[in-house]
Amino acid sequence: MEQITPALIDWSRAQFAMTAMYHWLFVPLTLGLSMIMGIMETLYVRTGDAFWKKTAKFWMKVFGINFAVGVATGLILEFQFGTNWSNYSWFVGDIFGAPLAIEGILAFFMEATFIAVMFWGWNKVSKGFHLASTWLTGIGATVSAWWILVANTWMQHPVGMTFNPETVRNEMTDFFAVAFQPMAVTKFFHSVLSGWVFAAVFVIGVSCWYLLRKRHVKFALSSIRIAAVFGLVASLVVAFTGDKSGYEVARHQPMKLAALENLQEGGNAQGLEIAFGIKIPYMLSLLSTRTPDGYVPGINNILEGGYVQPDGRVALSVQEKMRRGKIAVQALSDFREGQALADETKTETARDTLNAYAEYFGYGYVENPQDLVPATGLLFWSFRVMVGLGMLFILFFLVALFLGYRDKIAQSRCRWFYYVAIVCVPLAMIAGQAGWIVAEVGRQPWAIQDLLPVNAAVSSLAPGAVKTTFFVFLVLFFILLVAEIGIMLKAVAKGPEEIENAQ
Amino acid sequence: MFTYEFLQNYWWFVVSLLGAILVFLLFVQGGNSLIFTLGRNEQERSLLINSTGRKWEFTFTTLATFGGAFFASFPLFYSTSFGGAYWIWLLILLSFVLQAVSYEFQGKLGNLLGKRTYQVFLVLNGFLGPFLLGAAVATFFNGSNFVVNKTNMSSVMMPVISRWGNAWHGLDACLDPWNLILGFAVFFLARLLGNLYFINNIDDAQLQPRLRRRLLVDTVPFLLFFLAFVIRTLLKSGFAVDPQTGRIFMEPYKYLHNFLQMPVVSVLFLTGVAGVLFGLGKSIFCNRYNKGIWFAGIGTVLTVLALFLCVGYNHTAYYPSNLDLQSSLTLANSCSSPFTLRTMAIVSVLVPFVLAYIVYAWRSIDKKKLTRTELEEEHGY
Repeated sequence: MEQITPALIDWSRAQFAMTAMYHWLFVPLTLGLSMIMGIMETLYVRTGDAFWKKTAKFWMKVFGINFAVGVATGLILEFQFGTNWSNYSWFVGDIFGAPLAIEGILAFFMEATFIAVMFWGWNKVSKGFHLASTWLTGIGATVSAWWILVANTWMQHPVGMTFNPETVRNEMTDFFAVAFQPMAVTKFFHSVLSGWVFAAVFVIGVSCWYLLRKRHVKFALSSIRIAAVFGLVASLVVAFTGDKSGYEVARHQPMKLAALENLQEGGNAQGLEIAFGIKIPYMLSLLSTRTPDGYVPGINNILEGGYVQPDGRVALSVQEKMRRGKIAVQALSDFREGQALADETKTETARDTLNAYAEYFGYGYVENPQDLVPATGLLFWSFRVMVGLGMLFILFFLVALFLGYRDKIAQSRCRWFYYVAIVCVPLAMIAGQAGWIVAEVGRQPWAIQDLLPVNAAVSSLAPGAVKTTFFVFLVLFFILLVAEIGIMLKAVAKGPEEIENAQ
Repeated sequence: MFTYEFLQNYWWFVVSLLGAILVFLLFVQGGNSLIFTLGRNEQERSLLINSTGRKWEFTFTTLATFGGAFFASFPLFYSTSFGGAYWIWLLILLSFVLQAVSYEFQGKLGNLLGKRTYQVFLVLNGFLGPFLLGAAVATFFNGSNFVVNKTNMSSVMMPVISRWGNAWHGLDACLDPWNLILGFAVFFLARLLGNLYFINNIDDAQLQPRLRRRLLVDTVPFLLFFLAFVIRTLLKSGFAVDPQTGRIFMEPYKYLHNFLQMPVVSVLFLTGVAGVLFGLGKSIFCNRYNKGIWFAGIGTVLTVLALFLCVGYNHTAYYPSNLDLQSSLTLANSCSSPFTLRTMAIVSVLVPFVLAYIVYAWRSIDKKKLTRTELEEEHGY
C-alpha cells in the first residue's frame, strides 16, 4: 500500500516548484509587454504614424513567443493541484476552486479571444477595434493574474471559510473576504507590477543592444523612453507594496518573517540586517510593526510562544498548538465514528471539541516542532537578492530616463549603460524567481497556513512515479527553454527590419 | 428558490456543456493529426497549421476552464480522478503542452529541434489528446479502481481521502477495450471536425478535393467505434444511486432507462447525432458545400452534452468505482457546498456575454478565408 513518505512529499513539492518557477520566467514578460504594446499601439492610433505600428508589432512578436509557454505551464499548474495535491483539492477545493474557475470564465477567455484579433486582425478589423483587442489581451492576462494571486493569497492567509466535519473539508462562507482581502490586493500589485518591471528592463536591454550595434536607433530610443517611464512607475509601486507585504507577513506569517531574517531570538527594537552582520537599527521593528521599538518574534520565540501577538492574544507554544491540533483531528475521528453508529451524543460532543480546536487543526499533522521552520539560508539570501535588485532597478530606470530624454543615450560615451542594461535583463528574471522563493518556501511546511501541512495535502502516489514525471518535465522544460531563448535571440537579432524601410 | 439539488444539477449541466464544447474544439487536434496526410508540401502544411493555429487558444482555454469549473463545483472528482488516474492525466497534459509551444516555435529560426519535430508534436497531440480524453470519459460509464474514505483525514500518518486501487494509476483504463473504443471514436470525430473546419476555413483549390476524400475515409471508422460504444452502453448495466439512502447499486440497462426517462436528453442526443451525420454527409456529397462544420460542430456539442447528462442525472453515479461500489462519485456526494455553488452560479450569468464576444471576435477574423497569399503577407506561424 502506498504511504506518505518524505520522498513523496519532496518530489511532489519539487515538481510543483519547478513548474511554478518556470511559469514565472515567461508570465511576467507577457504581463508587462502587453501593457507596453498597448501604449505603443495607442500612440499609433492617435498619431497615425506607421512607425509606432511597426514598433508595437515587434514587441507583439516577442510577446507571442512567450505567451504559449506561459499558457502551457499554467495549465500544468492548475491540473497539478489535482494530480499531486489531491487531498488539498478536496480539503479546500470548495474555496480554492472558485477563483480558478472564475479566472477561466472571465479572464482567460478574454485573453485567448482577443489575442487572435491582435495577431491576425490587422487587415480585417477597424483600427479602433484592433487597439481595443490589444488592450483586452493585456487586461485579460492581468485579470487572470488577479484570480490566481487571490488563490495564492488565500493559501498564505485563509479567510472566509469554516470547517464542516460532515463533509470533512473547509467550506466557503464569505466570497468577498476571499476575493478581495487586503493581502490579495498587495500581492496583486507587487507580483504583476514586478512583471512590468521585468518587461521594462527587457525592452531597455534589447534596445540598448541595438544601440550598441548602431542599429534601429530611432526604434531603440523610442522604446527606451516609454519603457523607462513605465518601469519607474512600476518599480516604485513594487517597492511600496513590498513594504506593505512585509507588514502583512509580520502579522499573519511571523515564522516566514523570522526565517527571512534568520532571526533566532527576537525582541523589541530589532534592526534589519543588510548582509554579513551589518544592520540598520530599529528598521525591522519599523517595517513589521510600524513602530521603532515594536516587538518582532524570532524563530525560537515562535516555537516557545509566550509573547503578545499583533492581535493582542498571547502566542501559544508550538507544542501546545500541536496538542490542540491532535485533539481536533481525534475529534474528527470521533465525529465520524459517532455518525456511523448514529450516536448523537458522541457526534455532538465531537463537533463541539472540533469547533473549539479547529484553528489548530493543521498542527495535528505536525510531528516535530522543528518541521515548522522553513529553510532559513535560502530565504535569507533570496530576500536580499529580491530587495537589492528591486532597488537597483529604481536607480536603473532613473538613469535610463535621464539619459533617454536628454538624447545623451545615443552618444558613444554612454556605452557603459548599454552593457548595464543588457546585464539587467537576466537580473530582473532572477529577482522575480527570488520573490516567489520568499513567498512559497517561506510558508513551508504549510500548503495552507496553519490549516494543512504538505504531508496531509499530497496525493497518494509512489515516489518513483512523481520522480519520473519530475524528470520528464525537467527535460521538456529545459529543451523548450533552450529553444525559446534561441528563437528570442534570432528574433531580436533580426530586429524590426521593416521599420527601417518604413522610415 | 435554488435548492442544493438544483444547484448540483445546474453545475453538472455547466461542466457537461464545457466538456461538450471542448470535444467540438478538439477539431484543432483532429485537424493537426492530418497535416502530413493532407499537406503534400511545406506550403500546404503551413496553410493547415495556420488554419488551426488561429483557434488553438479556444481549445486550450476551454480545457483550462473545464478543469477549473470541475474543481470548483465537484472537487471530489478533481482529487479522486486527477490524483488517482495520474498517468493518463499527465499524458494528456504533456501532449497539450507540446501542442501549445509547437505552433509558435515550428516556423521560427533558432528553434533547436527543427520545424519537422514540432509538426510531429502537433500530430502527436492530435492523436493523444482526443484519444486519451475519450478513454478518460469512457471510464464515467465503465468505472475505475479507487476507494474514497473521508475518515482517512483523521489518520495522521495516512490522511489521503481518495486512493487508487493499483499501481497503474489510470493506465488500467486501457485494459478495458470499451474505454479504448470511445477513445478511438473521439479521435476519429476530432479528425472529421478538423477536416470540416479546413473545408470551411481554407480557400485552396488543390487542398479542397483531398479534404473531401479524406472525410469519407475517416467517417467509416468513426461510425463503427461510436455506434459500438453507444449500443453497448445502452445494453449494459449502469451505476445507479438510491435517492433515499445514497447507496449505489448496479441496475441493468441503466443508461437506456436514463434516456427513456429523460426525453429531453434523448432529443438532444438524437438531434446531435443527426446534425453530425448531416454535416458529414452533405460535405461528402456536395463538392461546394462548406458549412458542414456548423452542423457537425453543434451536433457534437449536443451529443456529448446528452451523454454527460445521461451519466450524471437521474440518480446515476457519474464517476463509478469498480473496486468499491460505495466509493463511486455522485453529484450529491462530490459537489461543493451550497454557498460556493450559488456564488459560482451568479458568476456563470456572465457566460453568455463571454460567448457573445467570442463569436463576434471569431467572425471578424474568419470573414475572409485563409489563402496562400495571406500567409505570405500577414503574421503567421
